Amino acid sequence: MAHADDKHGHVADEDRRDILFLATGATAAVGVASAVWPLIDQMNASASVLALSSMEVDTSALEPGQEMKVSFLKAPVFIRRMTEEDLAAAAAEPIGSLPDSDARNPNHPGARATVKERLVSEDSDIIVLSGVCTHLGCVPLGDGAGDFNGWFCPCHGSHYDNLGRIRQGPAPENLPIPVASINGDILKLG
Amino acid sequence: MMTMRDAGHRAPLPHSLRNKGTDMKLSIASVLTAALLVTSPVLAAGGGYLKKHDFSFDGMFGAYDQGELQRGYQIYEQVCAACHGMKHVPFRSLGAHDGPGFGDAEVKAIAANFEVADEEGEPGDTRPAKPFDYFPTPLAAGNPPDMSLLAKARSGGPLYIYSILLSYTGEEKEVGGAYLYENKAYGGYFGMAQPLYAGDVEYSDGTPETLEQYSNDLSAFLMWAAEPKLVERKQAGVWSLGFLILFATLVWFTNRKVWAKVKHPEDHA
Amino acid sequence: MGTIPQEHYEPKEGSTAKWVNDRLPIVGMMDHLAKFPTPKNLNWAYVFGGILVLFLVIQILTGITLAMHYQVGETASFASVEHIMRDVNYGWWMRYAHANGASFFFIAVYAHIFRGLYYGSYKAPREILWIIGVLIYVVMMATAFMGYVLPWGQMSFWGAKVITSLFGAIPLVGESLKMWLWGGPFVGEATLNRMFSLHYLLPFVIAGLTVLHIWALHHVGNTNPTGVEVRKQSLETVKKDTVPFAPFYVTKDLFAILIFLIAFAFFVYFAPNYLGHPDNYIEANPLATPAHIVPEWYFLPFYAVLRAITFDLFWIIPAKLGGVIAMFGAIAVLAFVPWLDTSNVRSTSYRPIYRWWFLVLVIDFFVLMWAGAMPAEGIVPLVSLLATIYWFAHFLIVLPVVGLIEKPLPRPESIEQAFKDKHADHDDDAGRGPSGTAAAQPAE
Repeated sequence: MAHADDKHGHVADEDRRDILFLATGATAAVGVASAVWPLIDQMNASASVLALSSMEVDTSALEPGQEMKVSFLKAPVFIRRMTEEDLAAAAAEPIGSLPDSDARNPNHPGARATVKERLVSEDSDIIVLSGVCTHLGCVPLGDGAGDFNGWFCPCHGSHYDNLGRIRQGPAPENLPIPVASINGDILKLG
Repeated sequence: MMTMRDAGHRAPLPHSLRNKGTDMKLSIASVLTAALLVTSPVLAAGGGYLKKHDFSFDGMFGAYDQGELQRGYQIYEQVCAACHGMKHVPFRSLGAHDGPGFGDAEVKAIAANFEVADEEGEPGDTRPAKPFDYFPTPLAAGNPPDMSLLAKARSGGPLYIYSILLSYTGEEKEVGGAYLYENKAYGGYFGMAQPLYAGDVEYSDGTPETLEQYSNDLSAFLMWAAEPKLVERKQAGVWSLGFLILFATLVWFTNRKVWAKVKHPEDHA
Repeated sequence: MGTIPQEHYEPKEGSTAKWVNDRLPIVGMMDHLAKFPTPKNLNWAYVFGGILVLFLVIQILTGITLAMHYQVGETASFASVEHIMRDVNYGWWMRYAHANGASFFFIAVYAHIFRGLYYGSYKAPREILWIIGVLIYVVMMATAFMGYVLPWGQMSFWGAKVITSLFGAIPLVGESLKMWLWGGPFVGEATLNRMFSLHYLLPFVIAGLTVLHIWALHHVGNTNPTGVEVRKQSLETVKKDTVPFAPFYVTKDLFAILIFLIAFAFFVYFAPNYLGHPDNYIEANPLATPAHIVPEWYFLPFYAVLRAITFDLFWIIPAKLGGVIAMFGAIAVLAFVPWLDTSNVRSTSYRPIYRWWFLVLVIDFFVLMWAGAMPAEGIVPLVSLLATIYWFAHFLIVLPVVGLIEKPLPRPESIEQAFKDKHADHDDDAGRGPSGTAAAQPAE
């Protein structure tokens, strides 16, 4: 030994070295992680994409029985103002007899496909539907098309009623309701 | 028998050799320094004079002030927007918290003040803008530059813009049908007439309506328009530099420890 | 492998490492790299290789992520860069890191090159190592040039137009070559598009050349500040002159990297546009030439050489072509340095005459850099010409002549001895002062 160190001094030296190495290693890990995170986060939606994640639609020009189609998140959305007759006919249908009794409404998860749960809000007469057939994704025809006075998908013959509920044909589910809310005449999608 | 080489090997290093690293260190240090010097920004375009002014966003800890950005936006909308577009600035960015910080409703209202091309209509149709739209480009004589990046596209940046606004002499001349206006910051005759005078824009927050104030606010707003991420950038910089200095210190001591046995084997077992 | 004796890698029986290594000797290769015998006396001038590898990785990572958002188009390119700066998460960070990363990549490469010139790192048996280095440098310049075009600002466009137009000066084939490069009779979207493609490709060429560069280095071993080679007769002699690369040079390089990154961070976060040009924040306008077309700072010395030739060379080479030849020549002359230098001493530390000429070369490099930044008026053309003449004179005249006439200083006996002398405890009783004993090196 070059100098007379007591055992304590020598061990303490090594402990100090280990703490130093540990601290340096930990700092390096933090550094690498904070450098890598931006490279990963940059793939998440940019501000311009997020800006398109919600959309407002003015429904004041929509007459009862009239329907409009808008593009939201690059997919079709049907917006229809129901007539009194539409609402009465839809309410009369027993839920149990429907091929799909789920409301398919993320605004009311788990609810049954009644009139109340399919309209955009309780005191509104507007229904908002995702215009993508639940069979294989075609865009159904509207304006009362099909045997149930609602929508009809020409690709494989699925018939939806005036609340967009599947009645006949290969589609397994009711047309889904997108996340939406309404304030007066202004409908907000997303 | 002593040979030349033996003498060289036994003798302590001569002074010239102890300094042998100096040339290298000087060279390396000079690379960095000289790169800075030779690439220093050219004098204000055409040799104009820049005024002295401190902006709120100057320095390592600088940040935008919401008040000045909102007032600066007001000046842009009332005075500049008729001729100058900002095609890379989306309306929604006016709501940024480390920017002008307008509320959602205000942003919608501001956007609706502007008309943009209607994609779903005939060519030439316009519609009121929405927050996701970008500031439009107006058709104006003389090809006024877009202001999205003006504060970065001129030597001197926001200080240059500030100086231009305050350096009109009042002299003007006509050259081939076009009027030019003498401006000391430009260092000659500028294509745009003095756009702003004290009192032109009414401030609702009681800030003095002097030309200096307008110039500060508009220059700050244009700097924000060019660099909306400035505050985020500088804040990240403070953290990053702090972290790197800490890390470098730890590694310095780690490196010393690693080399100790090799450099001074007589001190270690 | 290689000429430096190194312990053979012996994986543990039954270990995963052995299983992998028996099928692909990559574990052995990493062990070789980690334990590579490196001269123990390397100084801080030798850190730039490690810094360069890091910055290649930084440029590639930030470049790939930027390419996920960048679009190519007359208006789309500029707009996409603004989209990156404003809307993409951390887009401003990637853009500023990438733009300033290029500058710092060049700061490091110039330090690395000048270190090589000073310490004779190019001398036998390292000629090919050096030439690969020159190739890497040239590909770096091509990559950086094309990268600067991509934002399609005023400097992007006009820089591209001026430099690619130079090819038109080549006799006979020049015009066709130029239009072939442009993809038409003008610099436009076709030019921009192919530059994006090549800008994405070339860094991987650099990476491949770097692998060859390190392979060539490992075959013959590193130089060191004394210029005296590692004693390779046996594993024992090697161990006296060297330390394993890990951990010794991992920690040393890491420290240097962090200091370099502090300077880098300062620019990225607090002066991100200082090394750039404001005109590049103006969209490209083919009808309006900027007042002063200036390339990025790392090209300035060669830009000065290009502009220095304002007269017809040898009466038959037109000035424009002469400038092009001089510019490429100023870079190409580097490749011949191993043969131009006649000295049998590697390190300038022991060359008392040459070291002053080296200093002049360094100053000349900065003079050329300054001249390249200035408008070609006043004293600038004369200064550029004199500086250009010196640049060529240094390599073609000074290097060969000084090596022949210079009397070098005595070199240390070995790296081990030089290292001991440097770190000796001078008040140690054992003392290493001048001694009268004439014994040969005792075997230890």
